[in-house]
Amino acid sequence: MSLAKRIIPCLDVDNGRVVKGVKFVDIRDAGDPVEIAKRYDEQGADEITFLDITASAHNRDTMVHVVEAVAGQVFIPLTVGGGIRTVDDIRRMLNAGADKVSINTAAVTRPEFVKEAAERFGAQCIVVAIDAKRVSAPGETPRWEIFTHGGRKATGLDAVMWAQHMVEYGAGEILLTSMDRDGTKIGFDNELNRAVSDAIAVPVIASGGVGTLDDLVNGVKLGHADAVLAASIFHFSTYTVGQAKSYMAQHGIEMRL
Amino acid sequence: MSTVAVVDYGMGNLHSVAKALERVAPRGTSVRVTSSAHDIAAADRVVFPGVGAMRDCMGELQRRGLDEVVREQARRKPLLAVCVGMQILLDFSAENNGIACLGIFAGRVELFDSNMHDARSGERLKVPHMGWNQVHQHAPHPLWESIAQDTRFYFVHSYYAQPVDARVTAATTEYGANFTCAIARDNIFAVQFHPEKSAAAGLQLYSNFLRWNGTV
Repeated sequence: MSLAKRIIPCLDVDNGRVVKGVKFVDIRDAGDPVEIAKRYDEQGADEITFLDITASAHNRDTMVHVVEAVAGQVFIPLTVGGGIRTVDDIRRMLNAGADKVSINTAAVTRPEFVKEAAERFGAQCIVVAIDAKRVSAPGETPRWEIFTHGGRKATGLDAVMWAQHMVEYGAGEILLTSMDRDGTKIGFDNELNRAVSDAIAVPVIASGGVGTLDDLVNGVKLGHADAVLAASIFHFSTYTVGQAKSYMAQHGIEMRL
Repeated sequence: MSTVAVVDYGMGNLHSVAKALERVAPRGTSVRVTSSAHDIAAADRVVFPGVGAMRDCMGELQRRGLDEVVREQARRKPLLAVCVGMQILLDFSAENNGIACLGIFAGRVELFDSNMHDARSGERLKVPHMGWNQVHQHAPHPLWESIAQDTRFYFVHSYYAQPVDARVTAATTEYGANFTCAIARDNIFAVQFHPEKSAAAGLQLYSNFLRWNGTV
């Protein structure tokens, strides 16, 4: 008996619709967040993360309605990220039925925001999302830096130190994305995952690069991740969440089956 | 017509709790999220949730004058407390440098040790305890109806209850060591995990509560 590792499908939502080529074979409306969240819940997803990629503030209201609609039908934890910048943004998402919010750029521009958020709502619902890129040369001691704006803007912040700093400020969980691996399908950067996970007391969600079920296993075994996040392998029905969980369990990882 | 009051004292998201209760409510049961002492006292059943820091939870409960109401309901009707709602039922919590709680159950709420390891893998355990863990039922209870032994529920917490009287422990979960994840006595049932986030098993527990007459 012990705590299970988690599988978290991630959905990109733009103006209320799931985007990035969702291709379920037998789903009525492939872009409907409620339908897709229900599908993942039925497959045994341990949580679901929504990433709001909407650019305009007007369309952000739509995200609140998406969360409300999903929370009324799906009874597993929901995390919402993307554009969370104020205490009021967080309150709206939590009131709509989100369990956690993920803070990314706003944590870099104003770290005190994380502290305020954790004090107000509790560390358990504050996830800090970290986008990290390897900056060390091959052969050197590995080192990663924080990037913002989709990986374009360097901050000079060391990823491991930044993660420790965010935990001190009240982050209850770290969502760690390797910008080098994101979208590549060649597997997580498990040196990065392990370096961060071993350095902090709170759970780490590994993200970026999943192409096979072995990648998920390695995220836990080599990367010491507490949860693994993936998008495309589930969206394109390459694997179901259920298949991924069985595979991980067969490889000796504690899962909720 | 039967009513269930979900106690709203401004702490955390009651939307999910109410939606989950509505999903499994028998015909004729109305679910009401309320901060009215009158509504709570008039309800047939009470759900007492809680999310956030203990100082804020206890402070808001007192500020709204609901502490006495909850104490009173705990003496007379089926009451289900969830997460911090469960912790508040004990005497005292170590959170926020120590907070006196309702004292409906003798005992304390303590912080998980920061240096715990899994008994088998040796893996260092993170705090908060976050995710799906197994709930080991200690004795049959109407709220465990149709829920298999050691079913996984969703947890997210850094503090855990230590009731003085071992007989009130309805279930334990292993995280570093076994801790009490559910307590029960007479008409009161309380859980550390979140049934509203625990998929089918959680809905079953809420369904059992809405059909429970408060006797064991």
